[in-house]
Amino acid sequence: MAENNVLMELRNVRQVYGKGPRSIVAVEGINLVVRRGEFVALLGPSGCGKSTLLRIIAGLNAPTEGEVLYRGRPLRGVNPYATIVFQTFALFPWLTVIENVEVALKARGIPLPERRERALSLLDRVGLDGFENAYPRELSGGMRQKVGFARAMAVEPELLCLDEPFSALDVLSADALRGELLELWTSGQIPTQAIILVTHNIEEAVFLADRIVVMDTRPGRIAAEVPVTLAHPRQRKGEEFLAMVDRVYAAVAGETQAPAIELGSAPGEPGKTRALPLAPISALAGLLEHLDEERGNREDLYRLADDLRMEIDDLLPVVEAGEILDFVHVDQGDVCLTPLGETFAEASILARKEIFASRSRRVPLIRWILKGLRSAPEHRLPRDFFQDILEWEFTPEEAEQQIDQAIAWGRYGELFGYDDDSEMLYLEMAEAPK
Amino acid sequence: MARARRRFAPFLPPGPLFDVGDVAVLLAVGVILYVGVRIATGAPLVVAGPAIRLEVRALPGYALLSTGRMLAAYLLSLTFSLVYARMAAYRRVARQVLIPLLDVLQSVPILSFLPVVLLSFSTLLPREVAAELSAIVLIFTSQAWNLTFSFYQALETIPSDLDEVSRTFRFSSWLRFRALELPFAAQGLIWNSVMSWAGGWFFLMAAEVFVVGGRDFRLPGLGAYLQAAAQAGDTRALLLGLGTLVAIIVLLDQLVWRPLLAWGERFQLEMVESQEPATSWFYNLLQRSRLLDRFVAGVTRPVGEWLDLRLGGRPAVDRVPAPASRFRRWVGILLALLLAGALLYGLARAIGWLLTVPPAAWGAIGLGLLATLLRVTVAVGLATLWTVPVGILIGTRPRVAAVLQPLVQILASVPATALFPVFLLLLLRLPGGMQLGALLLMMTGTQWYILFNTIAGASAIPQDLEFTTRLLGLQGWRRWRTLLLPGIFPYLITGLITASGGAWNASIVAEYVEFGGHTHSVLGLGAVIAQSTAAGDYPLLLAATLTMILTVVLVNRFFWRRLYRRAEEQYRLQ
Repeated sequence: MAENNVLMELRNVRQVYGKGPRSIVAVEGINLVVRRGEFVALLGPSGCGKSTLLRIIAGLNAPTEGEVLYRGRPLRGVNPYATIVFQTFALFPWLTVIENVEVALKARGIPLPERRERALSLLDRVGLDGFENAYPRELSGGMRQKVGFARAMAVEPELLCLDEPFSALDVLSADALRGELLELWTSGQIPTQAIILVTHNIEEAVFLADRIVVMDTRPGRIAAEVPVTLAHPRQRKGEEFLAMVDRVYAAVAGETQAPAIELGSAPGEPGKTRALPLAPISALAGLLEHLDEERGNREDLYRLADDLRMEIDDLLPVVEAGEILDFVHVDQGDVCLTPLGETFAEASILARKEIFASRSRRVPLIRWILKGLRSAPEHRLPRDFFQDILEWEFTPEEAEQQIDQAIAWGRYGELFGYDDDSEMLYLEMAEAPK
Repeated sequence: MARARRRFAPFLPPGPLFDVGDVAVLLAVGVILYVGVRIATGAPLVVAGPAIRLEVRALPGYALLSTGRMLAAYLLSLTFSLVYARMAAYRRVARQVLIPLLDVLQSVPILSFLPVVLLSFSTLLPREVAAELSAIVLIFTSQAWNLTFSFYQALETIPSDLDEVSRTFRFSSWLRFRALELPFAAQGLIWNSVMSWAGGWFFLMAAEVFVVGGRDFRLPGLGAYLQAAAQAGDTRALLLGLGTLVAIIVLLDQLVWRPLLAWGERFQLEMVESQEPATSWFYNLLQRSRLLDRFVAGVTRPVGEWLDLRLGGRPAVDRVPAPASRFRRWVGILLALLLAGALLYGLARAIGWLLTVPPAAWGAIGLGLLATLLRVTVAVGLATLWTVPVGILIGTRPRVAAVLQPLVQILASVPATALFPVFLLLLLRLPGGMQLGALLLMMTGTQWYILFNTIAGASAIPQDLEFTTRLLGLQGWRRWRTLLLPGIFPYLITGLITASGGAWNASIVAEYVEFGGHTHSVLGLGAVIAQSTAAGDYPLLLAATLTMILTVVLVNRFFWRRLYRRAEEQYRLQ
């Protein structure tokens, strides 16, 4: 009877934004099954398409290709059995707390007395009694999100979609709210049959979910599925919990691949252009210095984030930059310093620049810019030139970020410069445009 | 001060300065005008106007009539804008037609329509009805566009998360409108209503006193009262009339608009309290009153509840993109073809008619166009000369602002067209008096737009730039060139765009006037339009009106809009 347990299924889902050569693939080849009674976390760095996926499941977006099956039937339009809790709370600022909950019931045509009663009892359950007539702006973030949960539960959804609901909250409120959600869920007080949580917080996923679906970027696809078998309530400091977190970290960071795969190809060449990780160079230098001081020149990713007081979302691009430049190497959830990285960490500023320059010349995107500048008259080219070509594979914003990042690398390695007034890139030996 | 800016900014959609859509819209406007003028040829040659009584007792009645016209036109504008903007925002095909149409209509000098509208209406309807309807249509055309754009822009910028909430909870169309769209757009709509009313008075006063040749289209109202008083040389009645007008405007401001603005603060999207919220003593008073509470609890709530359950009881079926049915597509294509055919036919007829205009008349149109263009330029230039220094003074010195701002606001609230009879009374005896009067009317109609935008721009100049300039020891002209003028430039251009539009409008009433039993006119396109109306020379009327519309739209696109874009790009202070 396993089949009957399936609540929602994605089959070969692919979402493309835009049309023609400038289109961007948001997610691709997604196959996912959510069963009754399951709490599934979609985990991945920003831009991996996990929110897109959630919107497809809720029926807000229709996928470009593939099928969404709900209770075995293809989904058309908004999913009537699902609701969403938003990262931004998405409360109507002009409605009071109770009106914000009631409006969801009003949409179902429930008359005033019953509406009021249900809204009041829900607010009571999430601990907001006494705040019924306050406006959202008078509440703290945590309380606002409680309103968001109360509103979502008011319509007694079969499937509850959570779009990073805790990430805009302070640490304490987020912890408290997670606990309350788990209690409602595990005690069966709510008629909800399944929960899908989108998050970039690994610990949160391990704490809450029965199964973690790890997603990868460009294009968003499922990289791994990790079942979490720990019993609730889970102890955050417990050995098993930490081991689980470690396992997920390893799945998220992946392993360093062979150089050809790691570097990808240049824009205009066949194959996927490797995007430059959006990490400041100072952070990369800091990471290398830190690893240099560690015993064995290696450290666990999870502990590294803790040591550097960084969110994993911010740390991963830095590690990735190190990988591309062959300064670090990721192996089973550990980041290890390469000999080159060690040299860099211990070198003087000028020597660092030289090492950085020689390594970044190998990066296809940088190589491509250098080649373009070399063949250009007077060795300079407008920024738009690169922007236009990059937009074949990236969104305009992404392309802009890539150029900014490339300029930062080019400046640091003294490979090429950029004049902000005329918006021209130029080779270092050429003069800055007047 | 981002908000101060929004209050006066015209809607300037991105995209090319001029494209095929604009040409199509202009042609359609031309054909509609042609049809109007064709109908107008049947207008009675002599129209007897109403008798205007100058006793004080008559004033309240006139005031009521004028305000009633404004209200009727405003309600019409508001309804129109809500429907139109929703159609433009949610239907892709509709948007491609509706937005260029709106964009052209907003830059057309509305008063140039007045003769055609009056004449064609009076062919079809009894005199009183025709004059009333024309006034309302005229005010409507002056009020509707900015309201529509305001609502359209709000619909286009609804935050995606709130949009998703309304979809995932399956709001009905009505509930979405009431709980999301209207509240989100409320602040913009209220601000634009204030502007629409200010503009509306200008056109109402013009419409109430319209007389050409033997045709007297006056309407009993404050405008006609003021004109009659000026003609009779009755200073007491003149002052009383002006006083009544100012009193109505001030009362509306204090008892309606300010409370609404204060109430509108609750629709602020930001989750923090705003820096300088709009306040109103009357609103505070109302909030404290029990009566209002009871009214809300006893009347508005139940009515709203009833409406919600009636109109939005059932959850919305989500718009599943249904495959466009063949049949509907064919009907659409057929309709479009029919419309295009009718347009082409009308165009051919209109051109045929325009060809009957003798070359000499075209010469007069050209000469008049140049004269009016010169007059508009001089009026806007003179207005800029005095408003920029004063605006900068008010904008940069809070203490000066505290004294001058209320005074300026009251002065600005008096519609220029209401003052016109006063100017005439004072100036007509002087040599060149009519020239002076025309110029003065144009200036009073336009200077406030420039002034208020300059104030907004000057007060938006960041303090640190001001300090730096002072530290560098830049003074006098150099301070103006490096700090003040670049700082206010985009705002100034915004003000000038609105101002020049206003000046063209004013030319219709400023260049030709029947006063004290005599006709006074100066060389200009407005005078050509009025004279052709008086003489019943309909092809000439059509030619002159079309020339004015085309000129203003082209000047707007190729001069002002280009300048505006450059200002936006080069002088942004962010």
